[in-house]
Amino acid sequence: MGDMSHSGIDRMKENLKALKKTVVGSFVRIGRPTSDRSRAAVMFNNFFLHVQGVKTHVNTLRPGYTLGLGLVSFFLLLITVISGVLLMIYYNPSIENAYNSVKDITYVVFAGKLARNMHKWAGEGMILFVLMHMARVFYTGSYKNGREFNWLIGIVLLIITFGINLSGYMLPWDQLSYWALVIVANIIQSPKEITDSLGITRYFDIGGFSKELFLGGLTPGKESLTRIYLFHIMLFPIFLFMFLGAHFWRIRKDGGLTKPENFEPTTADAEMLTLPKKRGGIFSTNKTYGLMELARGKTPAVDKDIENTVLSWPNLLLAEAAVFFLCLAAVVVYSFYINAPLKELANPLIPENPAKAPWYFLGLQELLSYSAFMGGVGLPGLALLGLALIPYLDREQSHVGIWFSGRQGKAVALRAAAVGAMVLIALLVFVINFGWFRNWWPNVPQLLITLINPGNLWVGFMIAWSFIVIRKTGSTRMGAIALFSLFLVSYVILTYVGTELRGPNWGFFWSKSQWPVH
Amino acid sequence: MNSETQNKEGVSRRDFLSTASIGMVVLSALSVFAGLFRMSKPNVRFEEATKFKIGKAENFPVGTVKKLDDKGVFIFSTDEGLHAISSVCTHLGCIVAISDTGFQCPCHGSKYDENGKVIGGPAPRNLAWLEISRSVDGSLMVDTSSAVPAGTKLKLIA
Repeated sequence: MGDMSHSGIDRMKENLKALKKTVVGSFVRIGRPTSDRSRAAVMFNNFFLHVQGVKTHVNTLRPGYTLGLGLVSFFLLLITVISGVLLMIYYNPSIENAYNSVKDITYVVFAGKLARNMHKWAGEGMILFVLMHMARVFYTGSYKNGREFNWLIGIVLLIITFGINLSGYMLPWDQLSYWALVIVANIIQSPKEITDSLGITRYFDIGGFSKELFLGGLTPGKESLTRIYLFHIMLFPIFLFMFLGAHFWRIRKDGGLTKPENFEPTTADAEMLTLPKKRGGIFSTNKTYGLMELARGKTPAVDKDIENTVLSWPNLLLAEAAVFFLCLAAVVVYSFYINAPLKELANPLIPENPAKAPWYFLGLQELLSYSAFMGGVGLPGLALLGLALIPYLDREQSHVGIWFSGRQGKAVALRAAAVGAMVLIALLVFVINFGWFRNWWPNVPQLLITLINPGNLWVGFMIAWSFIVIRKTGSTRMGAIALFSLFLVSYVILTYVGTELRGPNWGFFWSKSQWPVH
Repeated sequence: MNSETQNKEGVSRRDFLSTASIGMVVLSALSVFAGLFRMSKPNVRFEEATKFKIGKAENFPVGTVKKLDDKGVFIFSTDEGLHAISSVCTHLGCIVAISDTGFQCPCHGSKYDENGKVIGGPAPRNLAWLEISRSVDGSLMVDTSSAVPAGTKLKLIA
């Protein structure tokens, strides 16, 4: 009391001196991660890390199991968000200025070209990696055992990924944007093909109504660009992050990634799993400190697999950091050398010939060239429905966490892929050489073509083949493997045909060098 | 016991009221949803009128075809008169070009004969024939929103 050294001013001075320590200490409350206890605390005390478990199963850390595909998709998303915000500094979403502002970004703005390229390639990379991630989850049977709904969330994320890419390439308002917009608007309008055939368009024009809602008018114009911009920077990102949060949260609640039931650590794992020498303290070394793990579900802490888990810090986080930096480096290098395309200003009078969508939609565009409704609405809808139903139609709970569910699955997948490729190529060769109904009987009613066209026949084959596999093997999982393999094969082949073998007037050409001069 | 609380007819007052109130909630939610859609459907369209003048008949000498690119229409002038055929492909809305056999679409390869009838490719409908009318000042008008049966021609009084 009254002592000068304990006056308020002195105490404040001391607090000022200790500022660095107290601020950092209030941020990292647990101190340096030097003990297992503090390493666990790093994970559960940090808002950004606590979505991951304190301990991670060794199987999850195997690069050959996850291939890091989901992580790469997420990191690519982060890159698109950051580069996208940078692009928004200069981009102007009006049909008068959009094209010029993109040109400014590309040729005038400092580092603008790099930002735009990174945005474009990371975005397209997401499509590739989300699809591959889906294939990984499928082939390891990771949609089972309570993860059915997370598979559905994944399908929603896939759709949003396509939608956000689609709306993105409409924004520069170049020829690609404009004609993509026209084509998409007409795909939205394509239920008219059905209502016309039934003669009820006058009373129930769902196609026309949806098109008007999408375009904000009857023709693509300034209203349309405003709406697409809204979709690209607001609606899709909001839903994407909402569903992504649920996607991650459910993985955590399901006890991390899937793993084989009778998991045996290899000798290489043993090194990781060896416990450090105990250096005193009242807890045993293999104590798990994340109490929240006991909350619900099959967590590593309560599961029998406790002995095969390692601390997430540093094992998991190092692996994640490695994937992130690899991913970032790949995007930067690719974007440094390869430019995002920018065609000439949108011209409503002159369609591109051929008017091609970006590569990931060219498989659909090939189907579109058979029937607008089936290619644009019917078959993609059926494919998504089929993918969504897989975990509900195949409820076999064995062989979860094993690639292809074992040797039989691998054989089924290979056979489906090989036979599917041959059948699809044969079908395409036939169509390219001989055409279809309209070329043979010009007066054939449109409804018949909508119902029977090469796309529908192919999907029919996919379904039939999967049924045969289920009957032969007596396993729904094998049928699902066959169906999914056929889906992947058709996506690859149709995309290749649409990208490389289709030229002006959607005619067939072996190479671009054969295209007629026009 | 009060007879009203007894479940005589199968549906109690409580069940009826709760079902009715849930129904009202669903109904209101649906009407809000419908309102959202209605709001997105513009009351004013900032685009060109579908009806436009194409000038006097003398501008279209017999035997010529004029392509009005920005309007999406071909004007054919033949001995029997004038007719207008839409140049918007019925498949996915690309602009068709005149080819040896009629019309051809660059986007997905739809083919039409010289009367706009589909002869190949994915197009679900024939190209529309559009109404040509005479305006009071003597010039001709085309309405792209008004289709007429194929073969309808505007006779020119020479």
